[in-house]
Amino acid sequence: MQVPTASILALGAFLFCIGLYGALTKRNLIMVLVSVELMLNAANINLVAFSRLGAAPSLDGQVFSLFTITIAAAEIAVGLALLLAVFRLRKTSEVKDLDTLKR
Amino acid sequence: MSFTWNLPTIAFFLIALAILGCAIMMLSFRKVVYMALSIGGVFIGCSAIYFLLGAEFIGIAQVAIYAGAITILILFAIMLTNHEAMEPPTHWNLRNVGAAVGAILLAATLFFTIRSVSWPAEQAVDVNQGNSNAVAVGLAIFKQYTVPFELVSLLLIVALVGAVILAQERKEDE
Repeated sequence: MQVPTASILALGAFLFCIGLYGALTKRNLIMVLVSVELMLNAANINLVAFSRLGAAPSLDGQVFSLFTITIAAAEIAVGLALLLAVFRLRKTSEVKDLDTLKR
Repeated sequence: MSFTWNLPTIAFFLIALAILGCAIMMLSFRKVVYMALSIGGVFIGCSAIYFLLGAEFIGIAQVAIYAGAITILILFAIMLTNHEAMEPPTHWNLRNVGAAVGAILLAATLFFTIRSVSWPAEQAVDVNQGNSNAVAVGLAIFKQYTVPFELVSLLLIVALVGAVILAQERKEDE
């Protein structure tokens, strides 16, 4: 595996920034959750890339990214359940309609 | 930094191009269903990256969990809510411009920081200690990470039960 490390990290950084932009600007609540998943994926790529470096390359990064995938699955399940509950109550899935506490 | 154009590097750049293209497509589509499908492309591309980095088990888990389960879950959620939903065409108000400038500034900062560091060369160490990758990951989980593994399984079942309770129909909502 001779892929340059800097390129892998740059891919992770760009993916993270695309996810950040999506999470900040998307109107639909589902798409905000999906953008958060993009950011988690970028972090996973970095974990796997970093675990190959250093004085003692090990499997720790891979195990950590497995845990991250599990947490992401739990997060998206709870998030979509919340979205369904909100949609049943308000008949909307847009972020801008969920500002009851502000008013 | 010297680039050697070998086969893994070329494959990496093609996959990276596909991932970023799918991510940009996700930002630019207006129908929500198309967005959810293009995010599947990003997940599959990420699993290809893991295969390229020698983490086969993570790659398979990524396909099974992200590209399979999470994409289907998102599609279900879209179908159960207003599936005709369209994103409005991008108009550049203060919030959108601020988010774009912030994201581009962060990307540039990260990129130049990554470029300025000289990363250590990868050593030819077999991290799997002679086993296949899945066996090595399993040994690492059950020897070093037993307690975190159990905690994660507990968290997963709590999240499952919580999601069911949150999503079920309640009488007082009527």
